[in-house]
Amino acid sequence: MAFFNINIMETNNFDVIILGGGPAGLTAGIYLARAKTKALILDTGTIGGQVVLTHEIANYPGIESISGYMLAKTMRKQAKSFGCTIKSNIKISSLNLSGKLKKVVVNDKDEYTAKSVIIASGGKSRPLNVPGEKEFAGKGISYCATCDGDFFQDKEIIVVGGGNSALEEAVSLTQYASKVTIVHQFDHFQAYPWAVEEAKNNPKINFIMESEIIEFFGDESLRKVKIEHQRTHEISEMEIDGVFIFIGYIPRTDFIKNIVSLNERGEILVDNNYQTNIEGVFAAGDCLEKRYRQITTAVSDGTVAALNAIEYINK
Amino acid sequence: MTLQTDLRHIIDTEDYNKFLEENENVMICCGRMGPMCVPVYAVMEELQEDGEYEHVAFADMLFDNPHAAVIRNLPECSGFMGLPFTVYYKNGKVVKATSSIQNREQITEILDSEFKK
Repeated sequence: MAFFNINIMETNNFDVIILGGGPAGLTAGIYLARAKTKALILDTGTIGGQVVLTHEIANYPGIESISGYMLAKTMRKQAKSFGCTIKSNIKISSLNLSGKLKKVVVNDKDEYTAKSVIIASGGKSRPLNVPGEKEFAGKGISYCATCDGDFFQDKEIIVVGGGNSALEEAVSLTQYASKVTIVHQFDHFQAYPWAVEEAKNNPKINFIMESEIIEFFGDESLRKVKIEHQRTHEISEMEIDGVFIFIGYIPRTDFIKNIVSLNERGEILVDNNYQTNIEGVFAAGDCLEKRYRQITTAVSDGTVAALNAIEYINK
Repeated sequence: MTLQTDLRHIIDTEDYNKFLEENENVMICCGRMGPMCVPVYAVMEELQEDGEYEHVAFADMLFDNPHAAVIRNLPECSGFMGLPFTVYYKNGKVVKATSSIQNREQITEILDSEFKK
């Protein structure tokens, strides 16, 4: 029995644990495993992160065109081929990142330890977080125009948001919908001027500014929304066939908010070595405080964080 | 467009019927290579790879394939307005259907309740 326990401990002890299996995490895994460092990637969702959601990538140097799904798949294969252990769709139950030995408990039962941790948890689409949103997802509420646009042929829909994605998708949805109403919380758009211009010039698009959807209603599918004006707090109801939500991304850092230093947007703060406020804990990719979020920048972050983690554990 | 997954691809109605006849427990995800569909395929690939659900046969079907009408027109999928349409069959009969993205927990909950080992 004692022998069995020792084996379990050895199996669960790594040099570096990477929290997140997007391009940053997978790159860190590739570099660590190739350097004969025992690395484990843990991801609460699908390996590949947001890149798997990209239909076509044409600006990744060295590859003329590839789907995000295939790029992520190749990165995963590459990391595994060098000996990196990868576990996806796990639930992080607890984290102890202080001290020399970091501990991560997964699915309430499996404990993994490592000398160093790289947080590469990425970002996720921001939901509205209002009543009815979960209930009508897939039944009138969508987060993807390419996927679900054709379900709304000749129907009236709302697009929520004021950034580039919202305005571009609103224009794209006019090829299906009879009428598109953009609901935006501010009195101006964050999108590029050309995107605003294109939306404003489209006869099928109209605008409800300084307003937010506060509730969704329906039966088997979405029928109506309640909208609140942000300045006057006047509430109105609008019958609608569908709502597309494009209100940006938020970093996936909820699980570490009281553990490592974050800025007011929940992004992780790191030093020049990509080390957080905790010794031996590094961060990389879209969860960081930074201006540009690209696959190439995530790959770069993952590389630097991995090399610094290697240096740290060999000290 | 093709589905770039490691799942078995259902190509037409005949293939669909054959797959249902040959397997007691079936999960078919009918979608595109879009943001809501890919996570479902990924979970199915993992479940297939893990071998934990060997008693379930996993497959996908391209939503835009004209033959996918066999799934699109199922009464259980009426009212669905989000891809993918994921359908679970026991002995050829639909026992559950979901619309839009589902995570591993939601999928395994259905597999465990509908397809007991």
